[in-house]
Order: sequence, then C-alpha cells, then structure tokens
Amino acid sequence: MIEIYLPIVVLLVISVALSVVILFFSRIFGPFRPNRRKLTPYESGMTPIGPAQRRIPVKFYLVAVLFIIFDIEVIFILPWAVVFRDLGAVALVGMAVFIVILLIAFIYEWKKGAMVWE
Amino acid sequence: MELPTLQDLNLAVTLPSMGLALWACVVLAVGLFLPERRRHWNLVLSLGGIVALFLYNLTLFDLPADRQSAFLGMYRADNFTAFVNLIALVTAFFGVLMAYEYLKRTHIDRGEYYPLLLISTSGAMLMGASGDLAVLFVALELLSIPLYIMSGLRRPNAASEESALKYFLLGAFSSAFLVYGVALVYGAAGSTDLSEIFHRVNAGLILDQGLLLAGAGLMLVGLGFKVAAVPFHMWTPDVYQGAPTAVTGYMSVGAKLGGFAGLLRVFIVALPAVSGAGDATGWQDTIALIAALTMILGNVVAIAQRDVKRMLGYSSIAHAGYILMGAAAAGSPDVRDFAVSASLFYLLAYAFTNLGAFAVTVAIEKDDATNPQLDDFNGLSKTRPVLALAMALFMLSLTGIPPTAGVVGKFFLFQAAVNAGMVWLALIGVITSVVSAFYYLRIVVNMYLREGPGEAQAQRSFLGVAVGLAAVGTFVLGVAPVLFLDLAQRAVLVALGG
Amino acid sequence: MGLETFLFIIVGAVAVAAAAGMLFSKSGIHSALFLVLNLACVAVFYLMLSAPFMAMVQITVYAGAIMVLFLFVIMLLGSERIDLGLTDRRLGFQTPAAFALAVLFIVVVAAAVLTGQIPAPQPVNDVQATTHGGPGEVGAVLYTRYLLPFEMVAVLLLAATIGAVVLARDVIPTKRSQRAQMGRIRELRQMITTIETEAASAPGADGEGAEEEAAAPAPAAPAGE
Repeated sequence: MIEIYLPIVVLLVISVALSVVILFFSRIFGPFRPNRRKLTPYESGMTPIGPAQRRIPVKFYLVAVLFIIFDIEVIFILPWAVVFRDLGAVALVGMAVFIVILLIAFIYEWKKGAMVWE
Repeated sequence: MELPTLQDLNLAVTLPSMGLALWACVVLAVGLFLPERRRHWNLVLSLGGIVALFLYNLTLFDLPADRQSAFLGMYRADNFTAFVNLIALVTAFFGVLMAYEYLKRTHIDRGEYYPLLLISTSGAMLMGASGDLAVLFVALELLSIPLYIMSGLRRPNAASEESALKYFLLGAFSSAFLVYGVALVYGAAGSTDLSEIFHRVNAGLILDQGLLLAGAGLMLVGLGFKVAAVPFHMWTPDVYQGAPTAVTGYMSVGAKLGGFAGLLRVFIVALPAVSGAGDATGWQDTIALIAALTMILGNVVAIAQRDVKRMLGYSSIAHAGYILMGAAAAGSPDVRDFAVSASLFYLLAYAFTNLGAFAVTVAIEKDDATNPQLDDFNGLSKTRPVLALAMALFMLSLTGIPPTAGVVGKFFLFQAAVNAGMVWLALIGVITSVVSAFYYLRIVVNMYLREGPGEAQAQRSFLGVAVGLAAVGTFVLGVAPVLFLDLAQRAVLVALGG
Repeated sequence: MGLETFLFIIVGAVAVAAAAGMLFSKSGIHSALFLVLNLACVAVFYLMLSAPFMAMVQITVYAGAIMVLFLFVIMLLGSERIDLGLTDRRLGFQTPAAFALAVLFIVVVAAAVLTGQIPAPQPVNDVQATTHGGPGEVGAVLYTRYLLPFEMVAVLLLAATIGAVVLARDVIPTKRSQRAQMGRIRELRQMITTIETEAASAPGADGEGAEEEAAAPAPAAPAGE
C-alpha cells in the first residue's frame, strides 16, 4: 500500500542528491582561499558587533502564534475544498460561518495593531 | 455519504450555547469600534445576550423526544443540558456584573474580558450538552482557554502572569490526559458517540476491558483537574490568588460547572458499567475515594489561609468534594436520578453563594492590586451593614447552616450518599462541614466582633446589584428549594436509547 | 518480511533515535531540530496507517509551524545558552524514579501485546486504504457528522487569537504608562549627556583628542540598549 508514495520518496532522494552534488562540486572545482575576514559571519558588510545568538523581540512570537492559528484554519478549509461539491448547502453554510468567525478574529488583530511592527 | 438536513441539525435547541458563542463574536466586534466613553455598551450587550438566552433556555425544558438531539446526535438537548445552561447563564451574568467597575478601577478594563467570558460560558454549557467525546474535548478547550487568558489580564503584574502561566501549563497537561483517555475509550469501544459507547459496553462488544478502564481513568484525571479534585488540585490556590478577583469568582463556578457537567455526562451516560472485574461499582469507589480526600484536604488546609482568595480557593476544592460525593452516589443505578439532581441543585446553590462571596471580596479589594486579607473584613458591619449581612449569609451558606441554599444542597447530597450505601462518605461530609465552619465563620466574626476600618466599594453600583441578587438567590434557594428542586429533579440523565 | 514491516522498523528506529537525540542534546536548537525529525517520522507512520491527510497536517502544522514557534521561543529566551539547572540535586530522585516508571510502562505494554490483551493492529486492505483518511474522506465526515465540533473550533481559534494579542502584545499605552516611558527616555538622555560631558572632560583640555573620544562613547550608549 505504502508503495503509492514512491514518487514522494523519489522526489526526496533527488532533492537530497542534488544538494549534495551541488555542494560537493562547488567545493571541488571552486577556488577556496580563506582568510580571517572572509570567515567572519556576514552582517550586511559591516564589522559584526556582538554574538549572532542574541535574544529576539517578543513580536516575532506574536507573529508566529498568529501564523499557527491561520495555518490551522487552512488545514480545516482544505478538506472542504476537496469535496464541497458533494456536501451540499449545509456544509457550505457551515464553512461560511467558520470563515466569518475567523474574519472577526482577523479584524480584531488588525484593529489591535497586532500586525503593526512599530 | 449522509448529508444532514436542517431538521437533523435542529439548530434551535442549540441556541443557548452556540448562540452565546456567536454573540461573543458580535460583542467582540462591536467592542472594537467603541469609543472610550461608550465602553459601557460592552456590559449592556453582554448582559442583554445572557438574559435573552436565559429566558429562551427556560422554554427548552421537557422537549419532545424527537427534538432532543441536534447536529446528528452530537448535541443532547435534554433537561440536564437545559439545567446546566441555566446555571451557566446565571454564572456568566454575575461574572459580567461584578467585573464592570472592578476592571475599571484596577486599570485592566480591556474589552476582551466580555467576549472571553461568554465563550468560556458557552464551553461549559457545551460540556453538559455533548453527545460525543469529540464535542466534549473541544468544549473543554472552549471553556479553558478563555480562562487562561482572563487569569493573565492584569499583565504585567507578576502574580497574574504566574496565575495564567500555571493554569495554562497544567490545564494543557490535563487536557492531554483527557484526550488520551478519549483515544483509549475510542480504541476499546470503536466509537466516540456516548450512547453508542453505552450500548457497546453493555452488549460486551468492546475490544478490551482494560483499555476501556484505562481510558475512563485518564478522562477522570482530565476532568478532575478542571473541577479541582484532590490530587489534581495543586493549581487552584495559586491560580485563584493571582487572577483578577472578578475572574477568580467566575472561574470558581464556571470551570467547576463545566467539569462536573462533562463528568456526569460521560460517566453516567456512556460508561455506567466500566470496571475491571465486571461489577458496576468500579469507578464509583474511585470517585468516592477522591471525593473523601477532596473534602478533607480542602477544608483542613483552608483553615490556615489568611488571604481571602486563597481561602476561597481551598473552599472551592472542598465544595468540589461535596459535588463529587453526588457523582459517586450516582454510580448506584437506583439512586442515580436523585444523586444527579442533588448534584445539579448543589451546583446552582454553590453558584449563587460563591459568586456572592466573590462579589463581596471584589468590593473590599483595594485599587492597588493587593490581595484582600481576612483582616480587611474587620469592622465591616459598622461601616457597611448590608454588605456585611450579605457576606454573612454567603458564609453561612458555604458552611451549610440554615436558612440558606448551601444547607439544602448539602442535605440532598448527604441523602444521596446514604441512599447509595455510602454512609461513611456522608459522615466525612458532615464532619468536614463542621470543620469548615471554623474558617467561614471567622470572616463573620471579623465583620461583626472586631474593630477595623472596614472599607468597601459597591455603593450604588453594578457590583452592589450583583451582591444583592446573589444574596436573594442564596436565601430563596434556602427557604423555598422546591421552586428549583422540581427543575433539578426533571433534569436527570436518561441513559440514551436505553 | 513485507516492505511495510521493513519500512516500519527503519522509520521507527529513526524516530526513537531522534527522540533520544532531542532529550540528550545540550543545545535547545539541536533539540528542536531532532524533534522535527521525530515528527517527520510520525508523519510516515500516519502514511502507513493510511491517513495521508493526517500525515500532511503533521508536516505542515507540527514539523512546520509549531517547530518555528519553538525555535522562536528558544531564541526569544536566549535559552540555547541558558543552563537549565539540571544539576539541581534537590530533584535528583526524579531521574531514577522516572526511569523505573518508564521501564515498568514498557514492560506492561509489551506484556499486554505479547499475551494478546491488546490485539496487534491488522493491516488495512487496499479498499479501506483508499477510502480512508484522505482529505476528501475527512471532509466528508468533518462537515456533516462533526459539524458542531468544527464550528466550535472556529470559536476556539478566535479565543486563541484574542489570547495571543492580549498576552503577547504590549499593554495598550495608558496615560500613566506613557508618562513613565517619557520619564525613562528623559533618564536615558541625561545618562548620555553625562557620559558625553565626562568623556569630554576626562582626558583634560587636550583639544583634538578629547573631541574624538567624546564622539566615540555617545553612539555606543544607545547601541548597548
């Protein structure tokens, strides 16, 4: 049964192989003459200040949470999109209610400035 | 593919809970566009919705059998549901009323409070109405998630943040227990439909008795957390103490109501016959033991508290124990109906009494976000005699002294336990009630016999109205319980299709 | 041994190894990446159980979105470098206790499976496999039979949105907090001026040298914030 997913496996193998091949060949054929300047982390051309691992602002977290919420929404909408022709009016109205409620959530976020990056 | 028709959905009977959830969306949307000086519309809209649905819900008692099922059996619109809705709407009414001025004077007047409270209430109602374990789980989350948020409303106050975080982490953990339990029950019975599970268990069609028992046990853990039963009570005092007082008041009744509604629904409708050995009392003994532990621990530890909210937190644990006594008694088939109605009546009595007690606590809380202490009640009878009288009434009711709702409720619960042959449990109930007098009456002593400034808010305010209504409710249930007992007696669970 | 069994053993081994790697790696980021691997293995299990829709959800929501959130939190707290206090011996008894309980659990489950208490799962046949667990099949019951929980989930997501905004968004500026903020800004400005004047006066009246040194610390002060 699991054989029907063979194309996905082939895709994965090809993508992994491709990335290995690209890295490998560029390492073999490309010139590699490092110096200290070249090996420092790239920070828009400026001299790096401080370590790269620093605490990031909480705003990222809010964005990530909101992303998950809408991601889950998509998960709920997707099966409906596959079969909505067979489901009739009740499912259509049900989905409409679902989307309207989440539209209110969206308006709420917008009004509260959750998407403004100050 | 079975396509539901509008008749199958039977939307009208689901209106109290689903309508409240949708109304919460409306309140939220309107609240977004309200200018500062029209903030009272939040209150007006919330209360309006609650009262309208309360009145509508009164028409949902004693529906004909063909209208008792909605959403293809996912929603049960029986008298049990209607009675749970009634208690939930009362709770939401008080929750809104006592918060309005409190939120303002403690500078946490965020419009989100009202929709969150309404959503949480609808979750509690849906837990009672669930005909399927899937609905039960989503309803539990619907009940809990707004409560986590409301506990943290007084951000960046450290206690409030601690309360929200603690409640959220432990709540998520307990939800996981419930879900795992649901999965195991589904694995054993092959269905999440409550009546279907009942039939398969009865007919011996289940895959594995051990699996079913493990699932039921895990679900008991998840629901036991919600109602703060020992040993799943650890979160209660800290969460109650840190959350804004009005939220604590709502939470102490709303979360318990939802938890007990779900507990009774699952264990009495779906799993009356779960046990390891095949006799019907398997979970009855377990619940009785938990009830005993809960009553003892809650009442004994409450004595040592100086902080009013902590004290009421332990007191709420104790009361969970009393209601669990009813749930345990409901495990015996011949007293089941009486025990369920006694539990429901007690929940109603507890709702009025505890909400009243919290309303008075809100009144004596100072604006600077310090927690009210027992000594803050000193001399209240001199400065605010009416408020003190109301508080005394609530304390008497929580103890179980006539003429109050509490004594009637306890009487029924003890009677149910005795009828079910659990005299020892009733005895523990009586003894711990006597113990509880020690800390409840200390507040009365402080108010009437001690000298002190006795400062309090709630003059000519919504809070005052809330205290007054709760006092009336507590008193009326105490002197004329027949009015509601009849409803509660009709609200017994019918083992579906059985 | 069929293909399925063979695959299960391999993926299962990877899943267990990834879980162990998550627990034992010292860096929070590495733990998170091990968890991604573990979740991907679970997605393969879903495929084997003929639940392709769940496998897709597993990848997009768990291995994708939620892991991004985890990584954000780790970076947010800077906890990839924080000592988690695992050397605290007060709770030392928990490690052996947890180990013993885990062994007990495994023994009980294994015993149950081996003695036939929990029947071994039967492989689904081809007909079932193609009529189960795909997005279309999930949709067919989700929007009909499970319509009520579906609508409840919408409200739940709304509540979650409110929670994210209320708890993670900065408190709405009230007049008092605005005043406090203005006070802090004034304080900072004062600090910068103090540093500037100190720098200007410290090396003495040495003309050009003082000018250069005064310019250096002044921009450094805001950068340090």
